[in-house]
Amino acid sequence: MSYLRLFWVLMRIGLLNEMAYRANFYFQVLQSLLSLATALGSLAVVFAHTTSLGGWQPAELVALLGVYQVMSGLIGLVIQPSMERLMEDVRRGTLDFTLTKPEDAQLLVSVGEVQMWKLVDVGIGLMVLGTALVQLGIGLGLAQALTFGVALLAGATIVYSFWLILAACSFWFVKVENILMIFQGVYEAGRWPVGMYPRWLRAALTFVVPVAFAVTVPAEAVVGRLTWPVLGLALGLALGMLVGARVFWKWGLRHYSGASA
Amino acid sequence: MKGLGDIYATLCRTAAAVQLQYRAELLIWLIWAVVQPVVYLIVWLTVAKAQGGRVGGFTGGEFAAYYIAVMLVNHITFTWVMHEFEYRIRSGSFSPLLLQPLHPIHRDLVENVVYKALTLTVLLPVAGLLGWFFEPQAHPQPWAVAAFVPALVMAFAVRFLVEWALALSAFWTTRVGACNQLYFAVLLFLSGRMAPLELMPSWVQTLASVLPFRWVLSFPVELILGRLTPEEAQAGFAAQGAWLALGLGLVALVWRRGLRQYGAVGA
Repeated sequence: MSYLRLFWVLMRIGLLNEMAYRANFYFQVLQSLLSLATALGSLAVVFAHTTSLGGWQPAELVALLGVYQVMSGLIGLVIQPSMERLMEDVRRGTLDFTLTKPEDAQLLVSVGEVQMWKLVDVGIGLMVLGTALVQLGIGLGLAQALTFGVALLAGATIVYSFWLILAACSFWFVKVENILMIFQGVYEAGRWPVGMYPRWLRAALTFVVPVAFAVTVPAEAVVGRLTWPVLGLALGLALGMLVGARVFWKWGLRHYSGASA
Repeated sequence: MKGLGDIYATLCRTAAAVQLQYRAELLIWLIWAVVQPVVYLIVWLTVAKAQGGRVGGFTGGEFAAYYIAVMLVNHITFTWVMHEFEYRIRSGSFSPLLLQPLHPIHRDLVENVVYKALTLTVLLPVAGLLGWFFEPQAHPQPWAVAAFVPALVMAFAVRFLVEWALALSAFWTTRVGACNQLYFAVLLFLSGRMAPLELMPSWVQTLASVLPFRWVLSFPVELILGRLTPEEAQAGFAAQGAWLALGLGLVALVWRRGLRQYGAVGA
């Protein structure tokens, strides 16, 4: 329980820090709307020439887009800034300050930096998702909402573990910021259902860079396409990767030599 | 007094030496060049399959050729000056460049060309691999292949000048992120990167032809795929020439105005 409380305290500090820069809020709204407009534009162009894409109806793809935006928001809110900060701290040796604190270091670095305005992405994503569901005529029942929540949480956990493992690589190779570029570059592919891709690419998007579990699976849950085995696999992978990331983090930490070394 | 040629040769050597230090970085940035065209290619292949093999004037193989060409042409013509200038001006690191007796555009040009030369050694094999996998089809006439090279050079020149001029807007506001994003969103649709312009609504096609966007990417691609008549190619070169002149004028104008605006950090 104290972990959760610490998590909230760290989140709140991050939020308060960013409250000082209110103009950023408007820029974030502008940028989020622009990226939404771009994505909807792409869908409009594609659906001017077809009625369904890989078995997905237009409104279902809009729902997928909403999930994509929500997940982007969650990544941008805390995962990406914290992991970038972690790598920077390792490079400059300032991770020492975190390690000397009497709390679990992994928790401290995982909420090391919060970019609150990214919540705008989450909000807009949820609105898009809601609109799509109304269009589809899907009333979100309690069971379905719960499945969606679980799938989203599993997806976020998988993405977090993946980033932590990559960021922990900085204990060995000091300059790895660019590895994260791989994730961002590939994440774009998640705007479309992964079932559309050829098999080798689908496998890569599922297990090498876990875009499928981050976006497609929660979207499948919300439009009622998700099968139980897939949800089970997502949960299993989330748990496995969380443990794996923890072990890898501990192992990497032993290689950290600090600022003065 | 050394000529511009010597200066360029020296700049080339230093740029290559600097960039070769970060070989892994060069490779990783290429992911961005590859992922987007491949994703859109697969989207359109899926659509083509659902529509019985073709969409508009494109078969699956022609889509493959289109997006592989888009990947290469976009890589050759793209610039990163718009991102760079935001940082340069906000951080004040632009000041030392201004002290040099050389217009900074030369250095940017050399760095861009050197980067392209280095990375094409990897991107060309990647294009070959994609070609082997997606089986592209194109039937260009010999004249079109010959015309492709000058069209590509002109496309690069126009895009470089236009984006350099736009990047200078950072002189007036230090928050150009949103403006840049708007530009790239428009570029995505109007340059043919998202979909061949043929498949776009006619008002988008008109807009793309009036603005520089078609001429910096779609035009060389259409040319090498053999989708243009000689008359259309001529009109394309004329448009590129017009935008080249306009771009040069724009850079000169904005540069002179902008320098007066520039208050360096610490100045």
